[in-house]
Amino acid sequence: MLELTKVSKLFNPGTPNEKIALMDANLKLNPGDFVTVIGSNGAGKSTLMNIISGVLKPDVGEVRIAGEAIHHHPEHARSRWIGRVFQDPMAGTAPRMTIEENLTMAYKRGQRRGFGWGATAKRRAIFREQLQRLGIGLENRMHAKVGLLSGGERQALSLLMSTFTKPQILLLDEHTAALDPARAELITRLTDEIVRDMKLTTLMVTHNMEQAIRLGNRLIMMDKGRIILDIPQEKKADLTVAQLLGEFERISGHQLSDDRIVLG
Amino acid sequence: MLASIYGAIVLGLLYALMALGVYITFRILDFPDLTVDGSFVTGGAICATMISNGYNPYLATLAGFAGGVIAGICTGLLHTKGKINGLLAGILMMIALYSINIRIMGSPNVSLLNIKTVVSPLLDEKIGVYIAVAGVAVLLIKALLDLFLHTDLGLALRATGDNARMIRSFGANTDRTKILGIGLSNGLVALSGALLAQHGGYTDVNMGVGMIVIGLASVIIGEAIFGMRRVWIATLAVVVGSIVYRIVYALALRVEWFDSSDLKLITAVLVIIALVIPQVRRAMKQKSVARKRTLELLGQSAGKGGRA
Ligand SMILES: Nc1ncnc2c1ncn2[C@@H]1O[C@H](COP(=O)(O)OP(=O)(O)OP(=O)(O)O)[C@@H](O)[C@H]1O
Ligand SMILES: [Mg+2]
Repeated sequence: MLELTKVSKLFNPGTPNEKIALMDANLKLNPGDFVTVIGSNGAGKSTLMNIISGVLKPDVGEVRIAGEAIHHHPEHARSRWIGRVFQDPMAGTAPRMTIEENLTMAYKRGQRRGFGWGATAKRRAIFREQLQRLGIGLENRMHAKVGLLSGGERQALSLLMSTFTKPQILLLDEHTAALDPARAELITRLTDEIVRDMKLTTLMVTHNMEQAIRLGNRLIMMDKGRIILDIPQEKKADLTVAQLLGEFERISGHQLSDDRIVLG
Repeated sequence: MLASIYGAIVLGLLYALMALGVYITFRILDFPDLTVDGSFVTGGAICATMISNGYNPYLATLAGFAGGVIAGICTGLLHTKGKINGLLAGILMMIALYSINIRIMGSPNVSLLNIKTVVSPLLDEKIGVYIAVAGVAVLLIKALLDLFLHTDLGLALRATGDNARMIRSFGANTDRTKILGIGLSNGLVALSGALLAQHGGYTDVNMGVGMIVIGLASVIIGEAIFGMRRVWIATLAVVVGSIVYRIVYALALRVEWFDSSDLKLITAVLVIIALVIPQVRRAMKQKSVARKRTLELLGQSAGKGGRA
């Protein structure tokens, strides 16, 4: 479904500040794969996500979705295949527009936008039904400006917006990191439900080790721009956090250092 | 007195289209576009030149609108594709348009006296009729704009100013929506220029000076009166703001020790006050909340300390 071949990315190449963000990364996701990604600060996790979504262009290497090479497509063109939720709850929604209007824009993900009426009655009915699935009462506030919602509510809405049109790839970059534990738990639960229900091919960066093990069917570890370990379902099932950290140290030769780390 | 207020209402309605244009760039796109001073004249120049050369006045007015759209698109291209800072892109276009406008007219000004224009039949009518016709026309354009801003494309345009990253992640080409918005904005500005040229009976290359500040003042006055809760309220506020501005202007002209040349200063001061007050208010509110909260926290820890 998603295939990265020999992808590399340098920042500030040829200067004293040169930074290897991604080095010769190879990754292949099968349809329906739900892969969690862990790694130290600066390991290149966000860079990986940004290269897939088109925010960054790889210096070398290819990105393919369903066989089609997409690494030359601009960010907005890739939205046809890719849904995203950002770490910052403010980033995924338009605050001065209503819930309904935000959902309308998400509904048209990757399609041509023309002079057709936005929030039609038919679409609104779909939105209401979808909002009910979140179970946090947003279906009764469809005319509210999104800026009035709490961080958790906004993130739940972002999650819905990026998934309900069934993208071929879903990218989640620490999308619960900015929330308090209770809200983070809610978003994690919703993510798990939605991804499994819709069988979305998903790449999820997390700093919560317990979550990385519990969720999904695969776990990859990154360090210094490389993918250093890829743990399949069978091995992941009875992995403990201690084992996971031990494994990281064994391969990388240093401790996993993540300023937002949560062991679970 | 009353006659001058009626006259101000007419002017306010004609200038309202310019203010709606400014609203699109400043408030919706969050793009401070200074093209306005030039494109306002471009609308008047194209329209007046065509009419004085015998073209149909309606066609000439439409052509004025189109000229503004093109000017706006150029600014948008400079900013998005040329990666030129937004303010500078607008200023560059404004300067370029000064020469272009003189080229269009063939001289620094064109007179339309005693020529049939779109508004000339209204000038002969009672002022009430003029107000009614202009009011309906402006509200119609406002309504079309409201409708557009609720279409899929219009939503993408609004989101571009609100959260560009978000709407890009849903597939909108934000360069294109910006160019579209700036083009539409300057089209309205130029349309306003075309109508005012016909109303006044001439176009002068300097008639756009300070237009951007007048547009901003109208937007801000409207906001202060109505707020901007929903799109249709915001656009109505802009129209009313423009009328109020013209009435204040007319009244100020009657004050003896004012010169009409002082009005640009007064407008600038008005805009400055309107921009500064909300910030000061916000800062003061934040401080008082912070202080209250600190005292609360202090009280809590003191309480705990007492018990321990
Ligand atoms: N725009 C940029 N310019 C220069 N260097 C950058 C830029 N973006 C990222 N980097 C560097 O590239 C490396 C990889 O960054 P990236 O954001 O992908 O890490 P990460 O794994 O997401 O880290 P974190 O856990 O802190 O989110 C880091 O060393 C970072 O400092
Ligand atoms: Mg990151």
